[in-house]
Amino acid sequence: MDWLFLLIQTLNGIQYGLLLFLIASGLTLVFGIMGIINLAHGSFYMIGAYLAFSFTQMTGNLFTAILLGIPVTLVLGYGVERVFMIHLYKRDHLHQVLLTFGLILIFNELQLMIWGGDPNGVPIPDVLSGSLPISDTLSYPVYRIFLSVVCLVLAGSMALVIRHTRVGMRVRAGAANRAMAESLGVNMRSLSAIVFSVGVTLAGVAGMLAAPVETVYPGMGEQILIISFVVVVIGGIGSIKGAFVGAVAIGLVDVYGQVYLPEIASVAVYGLMAAVLLWRPSGLFGRT
Amino acid sequence: MPSRNVLSALAVLVLALAVVPMIGDKYWIKLATRMIVLGIFAMSLDLLVGYTGLVSFGHAAFFGLSGYVLHLVSPEDAAANMAWALPVCLGVTALAALVIGALSVRTKGVYFIMVTLAFAQMLFYFFHDSDLAGGSDGAYIYFKPIFALGSVVLVDLGGSAVLFYFSLVSLIVLYAGLVMVLRAPFGKVIQGIKVNEHRMQALGFNTYLYKLVSFVIAGTIAGYAGFLFASIDGFVSPELLGWQESGIALVMVILGGMGTLFGPVIGAIALLGVEELFRDRALFGFIAAHWQILMGGFVICIVLFFANGLGGLLVKIAGRQSEER
Repeated sequence: MDWLFLLIQTLNGIQYGLLLFLIASGLTLVFGIMGIINLAHGSFYMIGAYLAFSFTQMTGNLFTAILLGIPVTLVLGYGVERVFMIHLYKRDHLHQVLLTFGLILIFNELQLMIWGGDPNGVPIPDVLSGSLPISDTLSYPVYRIFLSVVCLVLAGSMALVIRHTRVGMRVRAGAANRAMAESLGVNMRSLSAIVFSVGVTLAGVAGMLAAPVETVYPGMGEQILIISFVVVVIGGIGSIKGAFVGAVAIGLVDVYGQVYLPEIASVAVYGLMAAVLLWRPSGLFGRT
Repeated sequence: MPSRNVLSALAVLVLALAVVPMIGDKYWIKLATRMIVLGIFAMSLDLLVGYTGLVSFGHAAFFGLSGYVLHLVSPEDAAANMAWALPVCLGVTALAALVIGALSVRTKGVYFIMVTLAFAQMLFYFFHDSDLAGGSDGAYIYFKPIFALGSVVLVDLGGSAVLFYFSLVSLIVLYAGLVMVLRAPFGKVIQGIKVNEHRMQALGFNTYLYKLVSFVIAGTIAGYAGFLFASIDGFVSPELLGWQESGIALVMVILGGMGTLFGPVIGAIALLGVEELFRDRALFGFIAAHWQILMGGFVICIVLFFANGLGGLLVKIAGRQSEER
């Protein structure tokens, strides 16, 4: 049953891609609206995963853990924006890179102080712990389907908010021309704070959702950050549509690579990026 | 070319460094060697960041790659001869810089930052995941490189003082070389690209080619630094190519003052000095074990309050003194 195996791998790839999209969309939005390149974005994914770990241990339920974790990441994002990011709006990219690099060092060390260096796992909630039988020998875990559906719902509602609401209109205006939007009366400062907090929360939620299927370990933030950068570069910086296409493409390449060409799997995604850049130096949907 | 006042300040610094092996024990000699070698590394990055306007976040790729090449070409039971080992290391690094540069230099701004980072990570995972050179555990260079003519050993980098002076002389020679490159027409063109690339294009320069050559030069010098760095402890690990190493190099450039060449060297010395302080239990107590927190705060403070760097400060002071005269 070779094509069933392929189907399962495809589902895995799409699920990984959708998760990547949650992280990359925050990264690309923050850049589009605020012009800020945020290296610490991966740290929020890691923090989300560790919050899920701790809150699940306390309450015994992943769903409660996520409900408790969301306000924590929102407040964290808002605080980081007010204290640090606010100084970066008119600064060079180099300064943004360095300041957020400093933030990573702090977050990583805080993580080690609070949770230690051992890898942890989060149990899958009982309701979703089963698997759907696909054939006599193969089955697919329900939690992964749940994960994909949640990511799709989040992605869809994000598209709805951006396209059809007043806040979304301001976000689009800010991304198109920040100065113009500001002079027409859009309060870019509060808009930036909102966008940044939401982006951080999306990364945090991605971490919480991923916690049961991935290991919760100290370096997980950096690993996902770099892959998210690849996604954003492929899709075009500032483009949500691009982030979606890039994320699913990277998810599939990564999973297929690990199954069919394990020797070069970790290099394959970068190869895809190089190929896209040769063809379009500003990404698939980027403005030149 | 820096002013005479700055040059004399630098000469004092070099002399101060040169006496370290005479008064310090092995620990201090190693620390001073690391400062100088990372100074060379940061200086090469300044050619990109401070002069060509290319903010590379993957510069450690070349630093670490060269170290790995040294490991791969070193025999297990004898020292490699620098007469051929060094050209091989630099050749491989230059080739890697040419390939990575040819792709990345096509992009601009944030894309360039992310793309260089991604390529460096690609190399990181290559050495991290493959069995070629010890994987994630790293690998040893059992005998440090020597420079021999026939059977006569002229330089043996296994001696810590020898390695120190060799690095110091390398730093001075490379600095002088880069100053000359920057005064040559080529240097003027890349500095013009930093200020306004479109104007340089309109003047008829193939800016892509100039940026690529600058990228290869910087990568090769980073490879030279990586060769020396691998010789300090005789050990290479994937972390040498990691993005943290690239980030730290950028911090050194900013801390020292970008666009000055000598500034990043001062930045490297200052940053390693600060790290020594932060790790000191007597000064920072239990936080010393978590010194990365202090380092993170330090980096953020530099960006927020001190963006011109120490080199800028030195130029300012020297300028004020020459005005008073």
